Order: sequence, then C-alpha cells, then structure tokens
Amino acid sequence: MSTQKREPTPPGQATPVPVIEPGHTFASVTDQIGQIVLSRRTPTFWWVGFGISFLLMMALLASIGYLLLKGTGIWGINIPVGWGFAIINFVWWIGIGHAGTLISAILLLLRQEWRTSINRFAEAMTLFAVASAGLFPILHMGRPWLAYWLLPYPNTMALWPQWRSPLVWDVFAVSTYATVSALFWYIGLIPDLATLRDRARKKSFQIVYGMLALGWRGSAVHWHRYETAYLLLAGLATPLVISVHTVVSFDFTIAITPGWHSTIFPPYFVAGAIYAGFAMVLTLSIPLRKLYRLEGFITLRHLQNMAKILLATGLIVGYGYMIEAFMGWYSGVPSEGYVTTSRMLGPYRPAYWALIFCNILTPQALWFKKVRSTPGLLFIVAMVVNVGMWLERFVIVVTSLHRDFLPSSWGMYHGTMWDWSTFIGTIGLFLSLLFLFIRFLPMISIFEMRTLVPEAEVREEA
Amino acid sequence: MSSDRPLLPAYAPAAAPSPAASAPVPAPAAEPDPLDFLALARRRTAERGGEPWRSLEELAEAPEFESMIHREFPENTVEGIDRRELFKYMSASFALAGLTACTRQPTEKIVPYVRQPEEIVPGKPLFYATAATLGGYATGLLVESQQGRPTKAEGNPLHPASLGASDAFCQAALYDLYDPDRSKTLLYLEEIRPWAAFLGAIRVAIEAERIGRGAGLRILTETVTSPTLAAQIQGILRAFPAAKWIQWEPAGRDNARAGAMLAFGEPVETIPRFDRADVVLCLDADFLSCGPGQLRWARDFASRRRFRPGGAGMNRLYAVESTPGNTGAKADHRLPLRAGDVEGFGRLLAGELGAGAKTAPIPSVPPAFLSALVSDLQGSRGRSLVLAGDGQPPAVHAIAHALNAALGNAGNTVAYVSPADAQPSDQLALLRELVNDMDAGRVRTLIILGGNPAFTAPADLRFAEKLGKVDLRAHLSPHQDETSRLCQWHIPQAHFLEAWSDARAYDGTASIVQPLIAPLYAGRSAHEVLGALSDQPERSAYEIVRDTWRGPLGAHFEAAWRRALHDGILPDTASPVRAVTSRGMPPEIPRAGASAAPGLEVIFRPDPMIWDGRFANNGWLQELPKPLTKLTWDNAAIVSVGTAARLKLAKEDVVRLSVGGRSVQAPVWIEPGHPDDSVTVHFGYGRTRSGRFGNGAGFNAYAIRSSDALWIGRGATIEKTGATHPLACTQLHQNMEGRDLARAGNVSDFQADPNFAHRRTKAPEPEESMYPEYPSDTYAWGMAIDLNQCVGCNACVIACQSENNIPVVGKDQVRRGREMHWLRIDHYYGGEPANPQHYFQPVPCMHCEKAPCELVCPVAATVHSAEGLNDMIYNRCVGTRYCSNNCPYKVRRFNFYHYSTQFRAPSLKMLTNPDVTVRWRGVMEKCTYCVQRINGSKIASEIEGRRVRDGEITTACAQACPADAIVFGDLADPKSRVSQLRRDPRTYGLLEELGTRPRTTYLAGVRNPHPSLSSPMRTDWPQSYANETEQG
Repeated sequence: MSTQKREPTPPGQATPVPVIEPGHTFASVTDQIGQIVLSRRTPTFWWVGFGISFLLMMALLASIGYLLLKGTGIWGINIPVGWGFAIINFVWWIGIGHAGTLISAILLLLRQEWRTSINRFAEAMTLFAVASAGLFPILHMGRPWLAYWLLPYPNTMALWPQWRSPLVWDVFAVSTYATVSALFWYIGLIPDLATLRDRARKKSFQIVYGMLALGWRGSAVHWHRYETAYLLLAGLATPLVISVHTVVSFDFTIAITPGWHSTIFPPYFVAGAIYAGFAMVLTLSIPLRKLYRLEGFITLRHLQNMAKILLATGLIVGYGYMIEAFMGWYSGVPSEGYVTTSRMLGPYRPAYWALIFCNILTPQALWFKKVRSTPGLLFIVAMVVNVGMWLERFVIVVTSLHRDFLPSSWGMYHGTMWDWSTFIGTIGLFLSLLFLFIRFLPMISIFEMRTLVPEAEVREEA
Repeated sequence: MSSDRPLLPAYAPAAAPSPAASAPVPAPAAEPDPLDFLALARRRTAERGGEPWRSLEELAEAPEFESMIHREFPENTVEGIDRRELFKYMSASFALAGLTACTRQPTEKIVPYVRQPEEIVPGKPLFYATAATLGGYATGLLVESQQGRPTKAEGNPLHPASLGASDAFCQAALYDLYDPDRSKTLLYLEEIRPWAAFLGAIRVAIEAERIGRGAGLRILTETVTSPTLAAQIQGILRAFPAAKWIQWEPAGRDNARAGAMLAFGEPVETIPRFDRADVVLCLDADFLSCGPGQLRWARDFASRRRFRPGGAGMNRLYAVESTPGNTGAKADHRLPLRAGDVEGFGRLLAGELGAGAKTAPIPSVPPAFLSALVSDLQGSRGRSLVLAGDGQPPAVHAIAHALNAALGNAGNTVAYVSPADAQPSDQLALLRELVNDMDAGRVRTLIILGGNPAFTAPADLRFAEKLGKVDLRAHLSPHQDETSRLCQWHIPQAHFLEAWSDARAYDGTASIVQPLIAPLYAGRSAHEVLGALSDQPERSAYEIVRDTWRGPLGAHFEAAWRRALHDGILPDTASPVRAVTSRGMPPEIPRAGASAAPGLEVIFRPDPMIWDGRFANNGWLQELPKPLTKLTWDNAAIVSVGTAARLKLAKEDVVRLSVGGRSVQAPVWIEPGHPDDSVTVHFGYGRTRSGRFGNGAGFNAYAIRSSDALWIGRGATIEKTGATHPLACTQLHQNMEGRDLARAGNVSDFQADPNFAHRRTKAPEPEESMYPEYPSDTYAWGMAIDLNQCVGCNACVIACQSENNIPVVGKDQVRRGREMHWLRIDHYYGGEPANPQHYFQPVPCMHCEKAPCELVCPVAATVHSAEGLNDMIYNRCVGTRYCSNNCPYKVRRFNFYHYSTQFRAPSLKMLTNPDVTVRWRGVMEKCTYCVQRINGSKIASEIEGRRVRDGEITTACAQACPADAIVFGDLADPKSRVSQLRRDPRTYGLLEELGTRPRTTYLAGVRNPHPSLSSPMRTDWPQSYANETEQG
C-alpha cells in the first residue's frame, strides 16, 4: 500500500488544494477504502473507542430503564420549566443531522464535487443523530408508552391527533426526514456494497454484503437507474433540510412564551442546524482521516471548505442572536424585553455568555487561513461550536420558560444526574453506531471517489 | 406417563367410583380376541341390555380395566411407597390443603337492603352538621359523607363563627381523620392493652385517691369550652375536692383574659363587630388569621371592604404590627413596630386621644401616622374599634379596652360577653403550679386529655422531666407523641368526626359535635376517659352529651335535639352581654430594661399553618404555603431586611438563636415589613414523634420559649453557624417586576377615574377572524375574584385540594417546583422593603376563551367545552407538558411521579372524593372550576326542567372563602352575581393583553387611606433588594 505513505499537501501552497491527493488510481482508491472494512485486524483504537461508546450506551439504557420505572420526575424539569434536557438534546441532535443531508443532497445538486469524500459518513452521522434525537420526544413524555397516540391511526376512540399542535408536525417532519435520509444513504451505498461483496474473502461477509448489494452488477442499466434514483432522492431531501428544522422551530414559535414567540426562529434554526452539523462533521472527520490515514481523500480542501461554511452559518446565527435581542426591545412587550435582559443578566447569564463565546467569538478565528488549514485548530473550533450549539438550545428552552409572564411562578431549572446520563448516553449511542459503521461499511464512497481520479477524466476525454 | 399405559382413552375421569364401576362384573365365558372391540361391544351391549359403558376396555373386559376395578387405587398412584415418598406426598398435600384456606371464607351472611334507608342514595353525599375546635373554640361545619365516609368539610352557614366559611384547619381536619400515623391502640408501656385494663388500673388509682379527697389527682386538658366535658370534670372535682384541673393551650389567650381582668375586674370576652366599625386599629392583632372568631371577623371585615363607587361605607384599617400577617397586609396603613413597643404606642395614642396621660413620642412612630390615626379615631367615635392581639401583654389589652371605652365603642362596635371557656383561668400559673406539685411528688395520678404538654410547655418549667415523678400518667392523644412516650398509659383519641361531644364558639354559641363515622381505630373521646373516673365508667359519650342538654333543651327534648343536630347549633346559647366598665388606663409596670435592653427581641407565634404543632403530621397543612413567606414544610427565624443586612444574614443561613440562656438552631428567612431588631419564630415545628410528615420538619421554637417570656423574649442574640438549611418556598419571586398583575388603587384613584385598573394595560380589541364566534346558547361559566376582599388566608387553596384529590408531594418536590395546588395565592410586595404594600392574588385556571394550552396539545387532551370550560382529559394526556409551557398563568400541574400513591397510605385512600379522578403518573392536571359540582347541579336542574339557578353551584374555593372574595356563576345570565361583578369598572383580566380572554377575572383592589397619608399604590420594588433565593 504505497499510497498510504504520501505526504499531505503543505498548507499555503499557491495552487488550490485538490479534492483527492494526486497519484490515486481506481485500484488504489478501492484498495485503501475497502481494506478498512475488509481487513481482518480491527485496530486497537477502534476497540477502545467502541468500548467507551458502548459503555455510555449502556448508561443510556440504564437511564431509560429508570425513567420508565419512576417517571420524568427523575429529571430536573418542573413547573414552569416543563421542557429541559430532553428537548434541548432533541433539537441539538436533529441540528447535527442536518449537515449530512445538506452535504449529500444540496451539494450534490450544486455539483460540489468535493462533497464526495465526506458525504458518506456525513449521511451516516445524520442517521445516527436522528436516531439519538428521535429517542427524546418519546422519552420526555409523561407516559411514553402512549407515544403512538401522536400518530393518525384508526382507533376505537375515533380520535386523531390535534393537528394544530406543532408536536404533531414534528412527528411527521422527523419521521419523513429519518426515512428519506436512511433511503438516501442506503441507495448511495449499493455500488460500494457490491464492491465489498466482490472483494470479501470470508463467506459470511460475502453473503451479508451480497444481500445488501441487492444484486448490483454494475451494468449500464443499473448505473442509469441508480443515478436517476439518487438524483430524485437528492431532490426530495433538499427541502427536508429546510423543513425539518423549520418545523422543530415551530415547537417554540407557535407558543406564546416570551423568548419563543418569534418569526426569526425558522431561518435561524436552519442556519444553526447547518452550523452545528458542519461542526460535527469536522469533529468526526479530523480524527478519522488521521487515524485511518485518509488525508489523501479528505484533504485540506475539504476541511477549508467546511470551515468556510461554518463561518458563514455562524455569522447567520450571530445575526439571529442580534435580531432576537433587538426584537426584545423593539417589540415593547415587557415580558419579551425581560426575557432578553434576563438571558444576559439573569441567573443563567453564564450559559448565555458562554454561548456567545462559543458560537460567535470563537468561529471568528476561521477568518484566518492559518486556522482553516490547521486540522488541530479546526478541531478545537468545531468542538467549541458543538458545545455552543447545545448551550444555544439550553438558553432558548430554559431561560424563556423559567421567567415568563407571572413573576409568582418563576423558578429555576437544573439538570439532574439522570438528565446528564441520558444526554451522555445518547452520545454513546451515536458513537457506537458510528464505530460500527466505520468498521463494517466504507466510510468514504469508493465509486464516487473513483470518479475523481485522473483515470476517470481520461476516459471521458477519450 | 408410563409406557405400559394403554393407547386407548385413559380412564382417569372414570377413576371416581360410580354405580357402574362398583357393580359386580360377571366373569367372561370365553376369552375373545381383545382387539376385536367392535364385535365385543356389540356383544356386551346386547348382554347388558343397553347399560352404559365407559370405555372400550370395559366392554372388552380388558385386564387393565379389571385391575382398575379391583385395585384400591388406580395405577401409578401412591401404592407401595416408602417413607421418603410418603413425606413427599404428605408435604404436597399439606401445601395444597393450605391453598384451600386462601379461598375458604367463614360463613357470614350478607343481606341486601330490603328497604333502602331513606336518605342514602349511592353516589349522593350526605352532609352532617358538626363542629371543629381550635384552641377550644368551635367552628360549625357541614361535613360531606360519601356512603358513610367523611370526605369534605364545609362551613355551616347557620353557625355564627362560620357563616358558611371555613378555614384551612377545618378543611384539613379530614386529613387528620385519615392520618396513617394516628395512634391505633391503647398502650401501656408501649404494649397493647385492652380498654378494660386501663379501666382497671384507673379505678384502682381513683379508689386510692379517695382517701386524700383527690389530693394527688390532676386533670390536664386543653382549653375547654365543651359544657359536657366541663360538667364531667366539675363532677369529678366535687367527688375529689382536693383534685385540680389545669388547662394548657400553648397558643392560649391568657393575655386577653388577664387584660380583661385588668380592665374590668372580670374575664369577659371581647366580641368585635367589624361590620359596624368605620375605623379599625389593630395593636398587633392578626384577627384575619388567628383568634377565636377569625372566619366571622374576616367576613364582617370584608363586608365593609366591598367597594361601592365613591368608597362609601368602606372601613379603614390601621395595623400596628410586629410579625407581618394577613391583617397588616390588608391594612390601609401598617406600622411595623417591635412587639415590645406596642404597649408604648398604645399609651402614646391614649395620651393623644385624651384617654390617658401624655407620653413622650416614640421615634419609630411617624407623627403623620399618629395624627392621621388620632383624627380618624376621634372622627368616628362609637364607630371605631381597637383590638389587641393575644401575643401582646395584658396591659395592651387593657389599653385597648380603655381606648374603646374612651371612644364610645363599647356597646357599639365592641360587646363584652361572658367567656365561652368553661372555666377561664390563668393557664400558665396553673401549669406552673402543676409542675411544682409534680416536682414535689404531690401528684400521684395525672390524666392528660389531649394536647402535647411535654412538647409545648414552656422550656423553663421542664415539664417533660418532672412528669416522670408522677406515679400514674395517662395521656389521651391522637398520636403516640412526645407526651405519650413519657406516660405509662396512652389512649388513642377519637377524632372529632368519630365521637360525640359539644363545644362553644367564641361568642358562646354551643354546637353538638356529631360524629360521622365510628372510630377507625380504638379511639376514645375525653368524655369516655373521664367517664372512667366517674361512677358509671361504661357510659357512652353519646349518652353523656345528651344528658348535658336534656335540661337546657326543655320539654320536647328529642325534637329539639334533632333540630340541634340538624342545624349544628343550639339556639339561644350565645353568651349574655355583660355590662362592664373599663377602669381606664392600666398602670404602667416598669420592666427592668424593657425595650432598651440590648440584643434582639424574639416574637413567638403559633405557626400560621400547623398551629401549635398539633397539625404537624397533616400533609395538607405542611405543604400549604404560609400566607406571606410562602414557605412550606419548615419554620424559620424571620428577620427584617434591615436586620438581615446589619447582621449579614442571608436566607437559609442557619443561625444559633439564643434567648434567656437557651438556644436553638434555625434557618433565616428575610421578610420585608418585619420590624428591625426583632426575630419572629413560629412554634409547632421540630416535632420528633408526630409521624411521617411532621418528624424532622423545622426547628423546635418551644425550646427557647420560657414562661416569663411566653410571647416576647428580650435580649436575644443571633450568631451564624456557617451552615445552611434548604427551605421550600413556593413563590421565589414576590416582585411584580412592574407588570400590571395584581392591580390596586386608592379610593381617590377610583374617584378620579373609575377605569383606573385599565389605565396601563388593556385587553386587545377582538380581531377580524374568518371563523365565526362559537355560538353561546348555553351556560357560560365564569369566576370573579375581588382582590379587595381577599385576605390571603389560604382556605380556598386547601378546600380545592380536598375537593379535587390533589396529592401532597413533600418538601423535596416543592423545592424542585413541583407542588400540585390547582389554586395558589400569589403574594406580591410593592414599595419600600421596610414597610411594603402587599397584594394577594388567588390564581386558579383562567379558563381562557382563547386558551393557549389547547392549541399546542398534540393529542387533544385539553379541549374547550361548549360552556366555556377548559377541560382536561386525564386519560388522553400523554404528558408532553407543552400546555404548561404555553400557559401564561402557569396554573397547570404535572404528575412528575406517581404522586397520588406516594404518600397514600391505605387510610388516606378514604379521603378521596369519588366524584373526581385520581390522577396517574405522567398526566397534566389543573383547576376544572369543580366540574363535578357543575355537572351535579346541571343534572339536578335538568331533572327539574329548569336552568341552573345563580348561586346553586359554588366551587370549593368560593364556598370556603370567609371574605366572600370568589364568586362563580353563569356569565350568560346577565342577572347573575358574577355577571354583575364583570360589569364593575374595576374588573380586569390577568394578562388580558395577551388576548387569552380569561373567564376568571379580577376586581382591582381599592384601598382607603387617610387623605393626609395617601400615597399611590405601588407595584415597583427596589432592584437592589434581592428577594429571591434561587432554590432547586
């Protein structure tokens, strides 16, 4: 595997950084990506990483078990703060999912070919984030075993969901999103599954990959149908990027609660979601390319592009904060104004100012090319943004509720041990799924990468 | 199954002997082929002439069948077993035999109604008149009985101390009845004994006392107004002339009695007539929340607060107050004064009014306040009223009497009557004498009827310690409490709803205390215990009480008795008015270094909710927020803002409070309006043997309450311990933040602009809508709450809890902000922290016509009814809590845990109202406007073919309210009371600017200040004063 030993392109190079390292051939691409999955030896770091993630996932199971046994009282929620970590985490995870869909669908439609090396695991990340997110709306209910009552199904009570409630819209938005994302991801995997089937040595792998590959033989008809289906799904997924988080933001904007009742929320939430999602893609891709020596595929060009998107969406989010504060004053509504000042000066001011630091100040470092092209620094910025986006949801959910209209009912909210264990547990679930994914499926699209190597171009010219 | 078993149908079902099986079977003539069953069957059937057969083997006379017939047991059963096998089978058989015991019941024949009792209709409650006592004074009640199970207490409209209202204590009496920690058996040295054993022991002791004419016999009771009990005790005292009867009430009225002695030379009771008084001055008298007639007084007072345009007929209340209370909160002018300075104030005022010698001005009394008060009192001679509090020394009471005499109030706004107490006495002096006697070994038999003197007696008397010197100690008590532990005999006391008795109200009106249920446990009443000392030890309380009234009720006793039980009062039993004349101002007794003494003053008060500690195990009362501090489950050392700043104290700091050489550790609570250099401690907390709710809650203030400073201690010190104690407060923020929530103005504001309540905030005009308004051709339920009337007494909160099966959640959950009260009373401060204005605002569900909660529920669990109710469908609720988030009034309550079973001992299940669903975990709940009552009345009206009449439906809160502040009714009927109140210009909707169109509306408060002291009503609050502690 001579390709592994290539030097990364030095930063500050005059020519644009390529999206694939020079020197790759069809075979080298297939070999290098395929061998991560097919090699018999599982790297030590994988075992360590998966082990920790799995333990965290068990903590999630324990937390859910205790929750079902005792009730939502084990969390810190109360009256007035009826929503806490569960909704914060839900919005955070859903937001993280967005980058995957954006990269795979919108950038595909925009013919951004640099997306190729990151779309596969970004999509996987979307799926796992949606899985983590999807747990929370169910768990946060007082009687989670009745969650299916939010679905319109024929029943003896002759009752349908209450369609004016944004929570019902949520059910549809999130389930549609999860379905389309899963389909999109799976269809994109089919040619690669066939490649793995053909290259697998073990019988069991051949059978499993063979079944998953759905009989893909790489004929022109297959490719034709594949391209059509993929493009159609991309077209379907594109509006979802916008709609899901818009609907999630409706959970807040439809309410009359000060700090929630605002028209800025849908665009601001979508931008925030993309922001959070790209931060998470960076957080995952930087260690992965290092550990699996994929610098040749996920090049600095990718990192730089993502950093630019991070900066742009970060600025939109900053604009959102500004407008929120402005509207608090401009509306002339005392409770709105109070919530705005209470966020900045009230008991939760540390969360607010930490949020400003994480989401507005830190990303300004990305104006510097030096930061954009240093993976270590980028990783730090991305981590800070991840934290910041969680804080943003905390500030929105908690500070708006804890002091609303009647001062007599004002209260405080703190997450309990179970809140934290559930939250950290979903991180465990997310990472466990991700580790399984990188072990058993190609984390970079092999066939799409092959279109980027010079051989592909030569053939087209010929 | 063994392998040699035949393949043909098993004969197990036929194993039981049957006539056919036992019939002799003829031997076969020839052995046929055993497999030719068909042929055999035909042959046998023919031979036997159609006799039934059981199996083909029988027909074939197969050897298996033969052997089965001849063997004693079927094959493979117990035959030829060894010892071990036998034991196995035996044990299995015994185990099975044991199982039959599980289902076998003794024969007890139950008989259905042959004739249904006339009054009992399943599902329909009955109401019985009875009376609850507190401090001895009765409040008449009508108690609801659901199929023989008391579930709800309401005031008795015929009773002079109730007039239909009830207070938190009366409402919570039901909880006491079903208290799971009630004492259940008679105990001798912690061992269960029958009643006969006690009778035997007490008879021996009594006989022994006969020799010394009872010199060693003492009876210790609480304040007794019961004529029957008093007659019984007097009877015993006649038989044992040397015996003594001591009454001890920790929150007693010794001061009032001594004050009357000082003023009139006899212990007359003062009956204030607030309905006749134009100007009221309270000298540290919190008549709205404590005192023998607080319900009646609140009703009378509120009747003069009902605002009529122009302010005509409205009274003016001046409160000179130490510990801030409801009375001070409702006062038009409140002067915070250390409790020890009130006497000086009284003398100063008397001097100004010419009723006494002029005294030097007191620096803490603003001259403007004094001159306004003097002008008002002088301007309304014969129509003013001066009242002294029970915590004030006798001299203050005497001053009040002198002032009333000087102002011509006696006979007009104040009546003096014979006290309702059966034997007015100086309780403290008698208790001290008892303790001395015990110490000297002069007491051989001590019968303690009720009360908990080992816990409540002044600390310096060391009652508990000396109690051990008495030979025979018997204690009648509802709980096995601190005193019971020190007595050999503990007799469980029957609850007043379990036993016959009688009692007098503050004005002397007697009521029969009628039981609604047989004692749940082996409870005995005081009458029965005293009966044990008499010649007829086995007489029932019923007979004893009837005997008392046989004479007074006259010739037609049975009819009069039934009448008295039905009405709840005995006619013409009110105490006669006494013509007494005040002897003028009491002489000044110079106290050694009185208020000049260094150090703090400690004010002792009974707890507003658990009183002297007797309600410590009452979950409802423990969790009921105290009217001003909104604390639950704890008492605190309450200090003023200024004192806290001076001593650098913060809320929840634990301090060591020392007075008179005794000290106690207490958490601090800072209360605006408290006088400086003064600490209020509420006694009643710190119980160690009250039960699951009361044990360990709060600190024991009795530990520093000594007999020489029963109400006011001087020279106290406070030192910080560095520790903190978490306190559970239900309202962290008592500042309106400049919002227009509890609206109020002065009379002059109203005169200037009757719409003053709408000056700042208005409801939005109805917007154009594509949808037509919902047709309203039926009832439109609504509620009006007059903030001018509300005195913040909490009766409505607990009435709601009782009516609607609202669970108790415990201190930890309250601290987490999860209390479940459907109705809360918000309390706000305004103005200066040293002497703030107070605002009470009861907040039930607003039943918004445009309800934000209904919009956001994903499963339609909260929907609007055609009559305008915002209905909550518990079994549809999945618990997203979105409705609560979107409720601007935050009146929704969520079952974070399975609260309905958390503290629900089996006995507490009896407390539930069968008409209201008990809610499950994970379900949202809230005020329903008592929909069960609405539907009950609607059904009744539909049967009679009419509309529901105005006033026919009262919600539990409105029914309990002593101040008549809450009115419920039909807004579709323009003549209904609630509709009329809606048209009042003071009516406004809380947060109406949001467009929710609340069905619950408020009438802005109007205060009636003296023109020279008139200051605008303020809702602002200095930002520098941080009122809230962020708990949780």
